[in-house]
Amino acid sequence: MSVSESFAKWRYRLVPDHLLGEVLSKNWIDNTIPFLFLIIVVVLFQSLIPGFLSIAGFADLGRQLGEVAFVAIGLAIVMLAGGIDLSVGSVFALANFAALAFINYLGWPLYLAIPAVAAIGALVGLINGLLVGYLRLRAFLTTLATLIIVRAVVDLLILAYARKVAMTMSDSDAWLFLGEGDFFGVPFNFILLVAVAILAHLVLSRSRYGWHILAVGGSRRSAYNAGIAVRRTICITYVISGMFAAIGGLFYAARLGSVGPDTGIGLEVTVLTAAVLGGVSLGGGRGSIFKALLGTAIVLLVTNSLIRLNMPSGATPLVLGLLLLLAVAVDIRWLKNRHKLLSRVYVSPTYFELPQRPATEAGSASPYAVNDAFHDVEAIGLGELDGPEDIIFDSKDNLYTGGRQGDIVRFLAPDYRQSEIFVHLGGFPLGLAFDAEDNLHACVAGMGVYMVTPEREIVRLSDETNRSFFSIIDDSRIRMADDLDIAADGRVFFSEATVRYGVSDWAVDALEGRGNGRIIAYDPHTRSTRTVLSGRIFPNGICMVGDGESLLFAETWACRISRFWFAGPKKGRVETVVADLPGYPDNLNKASDGRFWVALAGMRSPVFDMSLTVPSFRRRMAQRVAMDEWLYPNLNTGCVVKVSLDGTVTESLWDLGGASHPQITSVREHKGYLYLGGINNNRIGRHRLADADPSWTSQHAYWGKS
Amino acid sequence: MSASQTERRQGGFKLTQENIVFFIALLLFIGFSVLLPGFFDTSNLLSLVQNVAILGILGIGMGIVVIGRGIDLAMVSTMALSTAWTVALINRGFGTAEAIGLGLAFAAAVGIIMGVLVAYVEIPAIFATLAMSTVIYGFGRLALVDLDVIYLPDNAIWLRSISNSFLGVPLPVIWFSVLAIVAYLFLRFTKWGRYFYAIGDNRAAARITGIPVRPMTVIQYLISSMIAFGAGLITASLLASVNIRVAQSTMVYDVILVVVLGGIGLSGGKGGVRNILVGTILIGILLNGMTILDMPFTMQNIVKGTVLLIAIIVDSLANPRDEQTAQQGDI
Repeated sequence: MSVSESFAKWRYRLVPDHLLGEVLSKNWIDNTIPFLFLIIVVVLFQSLIPGFLSIAGFADLGRQLGEVAFVAIGLAIVMLAGGIDLSVGSVFALANFAALAFINYLGWPLYLAIPAVAAIGALVGLINGLLVGYLRLRAFLTTLATLIIVRAVVDLLILAYARKVAMTMSDSDAWLFLGEGDFFGVPFNFILLVAVAILAHLVLSRSRYGWHILAVGGSRRSAYNAGIAVRRTICITYVISGMFAAIGGLFYAARLGSVGPDTGIGLEVTVLTAAVLGGVSLGGGRGSIFKALLGTAIVLLVTNSLIRLNMPSGATPLVLGLLLLLAVAVDIRWLKNRHKLLSRVYVSPTYFELPQRPATEAGSASPYAVNDAFHDVEAIGLGELDGPEDIIFDSKDNLYTGGRQGDIVRFLAPDYRQSEIFVHLGGFPLGLAFDAEDNLHACVAGMGVYMVTPEREIVRLSDETNRSFFSIIDDSRIRMADDLDIAADGRVFFSEATVRYGVSDWAVDALEGRGNGRIIAYDPHTRSTRTVLSGRIFPNGICMVGDGESLLFAETWACRISRFWFAGPKKGRVETVVADLPGYPDNLNKASDGRFWVALAGMRSPVFDMSLTVPSFRRRMAQRVAMDEWLYPNLNTGCVVKVSLDGTVTESLWDLGGASHPQITSVREHKGYLYLGGINNNRIGRHRLADADPSWTSQHAYWGKS
Repeated sequence: MSASQTERRQGGFKLTQENIVFFIALLLFIGFSVLLPGFFDTSNLLSLVQNVAILGILGIGMGIVVIGRGIDLAMVSTMALSTAWTVALINRGFGTAEAIGLGLAFAAAVGIIMGVLVAYVEIPAIFATLAMSTVIYGFGRLALVDLDVIYLPDNAIWLRSISNSFLGVPLPVIWFSVLAIVAYLFLRFTKWGRYFYAIGDNRAAARITGIPVRPMTVIQYLISSMIAFGAGLITASLLASVNIRVAQSTMVYDVILVVVLGGIGLSGGKGGVRNILVGTILIGILLNGMTILDMPFTMQNIVKGTVLLIAIIVDSLANPRDEQTAQQGDI
């Protein structure tokens, strides 16, 4: 091995490249940009303003946050549903005036005044909501008009009553506490804000109405077609927004007690900047309460600091405007390019070296020598089937197989001409196995492991396993259950080929050469699922050895078959049985002579073998070349080989022209015949074995029944 | 469709917003003429037209942007700050021509920046221009002028003369008419004008057809900013001063009101100069009547806001949008 090659080997073993793509695929990644921004703002102003990070400063900020953030949360809810509410600034001012008028001038008690103020906000919101939601007016213009009207109303009220309101002062302690009180230094309204924010978050993320909001914002048309009351949902968001703006105004009134005419002027731009800066998307569907709070904190920090820095007039609007532009630009660009970036970096190849390829030339002494054994193979279900990945027989010789339509199909013995849909599972069944009670177990792609009783009752066995502690992607959900077998003690062992890819793009895993797959055990006695072996390269076929403590499994992209002890003195150990297959092994099953049949789904090629040792080449390919032009392993021609437990390969059977069975994913021996399945094939092949035991069935070999 | 509806369609009169608004304007005009003493009076009508000329000029600039499915909320900021700078430069001893040239260059730069933000950075026009209006005001206040109100020096005779009268007609009205005719010809008969309609009607289709969508968008904002500067010069000349606080007022919403009232749909591709004229006339009559009625400014705002609301409601009733055809993110 050359120096550069061993460098590549160690570099890819030590640097976890795949983590970058996994981090980018997380939902919380959207928060990192505003969060970094917040840190930058804090660090910047800390260096400019002495005493910036003081307790008093924080309390002051918390109090302001307890006013503005209410408005921002309301606006964020409207924006999440795909609208916008510009009237919040005016509602804020109206609520400020109303609160002071009720409490100072009219002398109402708080329990009456506070609901009244909230109701006024809700009423303005309701007008917006009726206009935008039910009449379907344009949110921007409509709320602009209400902004102007409400502001004019506030001006009129101030003209008429300002002096009377300002003359009187409330002596209510509770009112004073609302404005200036705190618990252990934390302002009261900030505590309330946190409580409301948590509640709003729970409603948005856990409740039916919250999901409706996000659905309407994500795709109004789809939400409508799904039967969501789009108009009502939108209307209510404006009511909420109006109410929250009023609550913000209420606290403002409690703190300052002034009816100045410039209250809340430009507040809509401030909170809009805050929401967008935090990552609440314009146009709806993306964002959260937390994002709105984050954005508000940033905007308040910036504006307060600018004031403390004694910047000349004009600096604050300039910075705020630039901030809004920057936030929107980043938001738009990020939204547009995130999936592009993700698809560029997600595929992360690593170094893997396959052993020398054995010869397969016809006439050579190699056990893999090409022949035409499947020349006159019979076809079962020709044209009826689509993707019989695996085949299995029950104790009455009926044949079961899966199909892409999501069914398990049964072909009736003895001639397998007549077929019926046994059950409809809804997902693509892959590996199949029977247990001692004739329950059919199936690995269903994207769904997990299911059991079908002879009475056709479908039972979900497992779709979730324990989450690995240090895994960044959530690997608890079983996405790619592939093949299974059942141990003598009843435990179901199944392979999950890869945790990084799903049913539609599993083939991309071949480019990585990393052990992304695992073997999982389901225990029917405790109904628990545990990962028993992880970090294997596309584990595929699984077959019990028969000693009650070990199984054989095939690793497709690694072209090898290994033995894994799940019980007994060698528990946990893995030994390679065949290390250098000439192709990519798929399912494994028992043969009547005690050996094992292995289906090779495709054959190795020198080019792809070499590319596995050059990860940088594959990475470049994944980034620069269109997906359908990538170099993939050849899965167009395959064969069946027989191996013994000590790793000796005794024979191989080929379909030379590839007319009937170009890709073989499964092979099953039953009563002197070999049955062939293929995940991309339209038939099951049936091949007579001259020297096999004509009474041998796998059901008998496993469970002692005929 | 009932027989009477079919007949009405064939009759040639369509219940478009433009017709409705024109009809309302006519009603108001007749009503005010009868009811308000001093309304139907040559001098009052001339002052009415002169007062709305500025709004009309701004409306034409806004209309050109709106036809291309954009919106320019920074128009009034651009107008105020670019003219304020021009006047400030004259006060500092610059020649009138140089000062106007620099002011125009400032407005053009603002327009190009906005156009780039909308067309290339793909920020929604509403937000790009809203943010820009704050930025322009902040920047202008910080770097260009140091007072809120800047007075036109006495020696700027040339600048003062652009708001004189010509044969009894105030010059601003003539500038408005000239601009309206030029804008009409531009939108109707030039390649760029037709491009604006195509882009506003269906941006994706326009792009596929080979129209340089992005440069055209930049040009729209460039035009609206330069028209805003022109409107600012006329205002400065009329009032002999520039008040930059107008940038933070609701004036830009009056401009939108003119455009929307006239019937230029905000979804773009529709309408023309005629719609702006109709909108301007209605607003002019309304403002003038309210002034004669001695209505307080805040009350006028309520009326204007309500009229705007009614206009959008009528628009949405006449051209309903539904869940199947509404564009996602179309706020």
